[in-house]
Amino acid sequence: MFPLPGGREAAAVDGVSFTIAPGETLGLVGESGSGKSVTALSIIRLVTPPGRITGGRIELEGRNLIDLDDAAMRAIRGRRIGFVFQEPMVALDPVYTIGFQIEETLAVHGLARGRAAKRRAVELLDAVRVPDAARRAREYPHQLSGGLRQRAMIALALCAEPSLVIADEPTTALDVTVQAEILELLREMRRQFHLSLLLITHDLGVVAEMAGEVAVMYAGRIVERAPVARLFAEPAHPYTRALLASIPGGQPGKRLRAIPGVVPALGQLPPGCAFAPRCASRFDPCGVRPPDVTAVAGTHDVRCYLHDPAAANSAKAGV
Amino acid sequence: MTPMLEVRRLVKEYPGRGGWFRKPPGMRAVDDVSFAITKGETFGLVGESGSGKTTTGRCVLRLVEPTSGDVRIRDVDVLKLSSRDLRRARRHFQIVFQDPYSSLNPRMRVGEIVREPLAIHRVGTREEQIEKVRALFDTVGLSPGDVRKYPHEFSGGQRQRIGLARAVALEPSLVVCDEPVSALDVSVQAQVVNLLLDLQQRLGLTYLFIAHDLRLVRQICDRVAVMYRGRLVEVAPAERLFTAPVHPYTKALLSAIPHLTPGQKLERIPFDAASFKRVDLREVEAGHFAAV
Repeated sequence: MFPLPGGREAAAVDGVSFTIAPGETLGLVGESGSGKSVTALSIIRLVTPPGRITGGRIELEGRNLIDLDDAAMRAIRGRRIGFVFQEPMVALDPVYTIGFQIEETLAVHGLARGRAAKRRAVELLDAVRVPDAARRAREYPHQLSGGLRQRAMIALALCAEPSLVIADEPTTALDVTVQAEILELLREMRRQFHLSLLLITHDLGVVAEMAGEVAVMYAGRIVERAPVARLFAEPAHPYTRALLASIPGGQPGKRLRAIPGVVPALGQLPPGCAFAPRCASRFDPCGVRPPDVTAVAGTHDVRCYLHDPAAANSAKAGV
Repeated sequence: MTPMLEVRRLVKEYPGRGGWFRKPPGMRAVDDVSFAITKGETFGLVGESGSGKTTTGRCVLRLVEPTSGDVRIRDVDVLKLSSRDLRRARRHFQIVFQDPYSSLNPRMRVGEIVREPLAIHRVGTREEQIEKVRALFDTVGLSPGDVRKYPHEFSGGQRQRIGLARAVALEPSLVVCDEPVSALDVSVQAQVVNLLLDLQQRLGLTYLFIAHDLRLVRQICDRVAVMYRGRLVEVAPAERLFTAPVHPYTKALLSAIPHLTPGQKLERIPFDAASFKRVDLREVEAGHFAAV
């Protein structure tokens, strides 16, 4: 929840639930303001005050992170959960060498010190295929290219061998050729370390390549969740369908299939379904209250009245 | 037919760091680039960051002063214009920037932002200009009542619409679009792209479209040029470039575009940067040029 002027509060993330199995990747898709990054920060309990978590459970390896005190949470961050940010130039400390930042992290988590840490840092940089790792370890972030910086960031995220890695738009700032290399590296690391990966992105191409399961977020809620192949083949939510249709190359001719309107601002959500004002398929119940989760298949859920048998029946009856 | 824009042997060199007695080695951001765009065409310029595509776009408008070469827009030799004549000629060529947050003056009302070019070029009376601004707001899909608001009151997509209204206010012939939608959300990108297409049709605009989104470029461009290390390595009709690329770098670049088919692995074609040679473009088939 985030406070609004006038004493009200707005939920940036509302009732979001998902699980990720070891070795699996969940793609969390959404536009800016959809709440995907706040979801990620909530998992490591780094939501910036005055924002706060007001309810829910975050379970990692059987422990509820919400119940942990600050010291215990610090032991989780970096150690059990690694983080890869969009902008490695911002996330890495400009005044320390790449190697030092990895050594420091190893020392903080009591994994290695001194010469052993130095050796391990070079090994890690080598593992993420930074060429000439021993020399690069002595360099500062600004001396590396964008792609190498992102590799260093991944080495840093992996150095304590976490079980979960959260990657927030890890390739958005990169060129397409470098993006392909970083995605390949993430796939390899996932295999090698048996990682769970939470991949946050707005790019459906990246999702198609990386994710096993996909959750689509809109205005703070997950509106659809499905295995990746199913989501692309049979999208159920009108927002997901519109998003897929708006990708260039899908339609003949030059014009794109645009979604009318804009993403609603936090605190100005409509009373019913947040997507209703932009939705071509809206009908009576959509403007009244937000739809609940309906299962359209075993592992495919959607928050939409089109798939809610009760709402569909009442609409047919002309109510 | 004379082209709308003709660029010949364009070079932009930035001085490097030298020693006291050593001539600094120059950095060629744009290295001997030539191309021509016909009226009404959308010409895509793609390449990775640092390839020189943005610098090329800015040299064309003389927002960056080229080191050498020729730029002709509608038969006007742009590089020979005095600064006064250049200011006058600028009404015929405009630019749309990538970042709608930093390209609009935050202290001006958006109506004034759009009216400013009309005032500078003394087009009509003040009342006529205000009327024109209202019409422009309508054209780009904003409410004419919005003219009194400030840029921060608008979303990214709406700001880009304001930038477009300003760019087309003087009914230019050529518009350089420098990553015009890459800062926008996916669901808003398509709206702005469609608006660009509408404006092109309505006003007969010619676009130099600089972008890194290869899917988008394929969809909306008539021809596409690929830049690498300051040089054009391939120029072809969009469909030919994407279906039958010739230059090894183009092949590598296109092979890195993620598929939209889950489960299908990318068959990436590697490109060895060390193998890159500075050779001139030659015609490999009708209208298809490659530096091989």
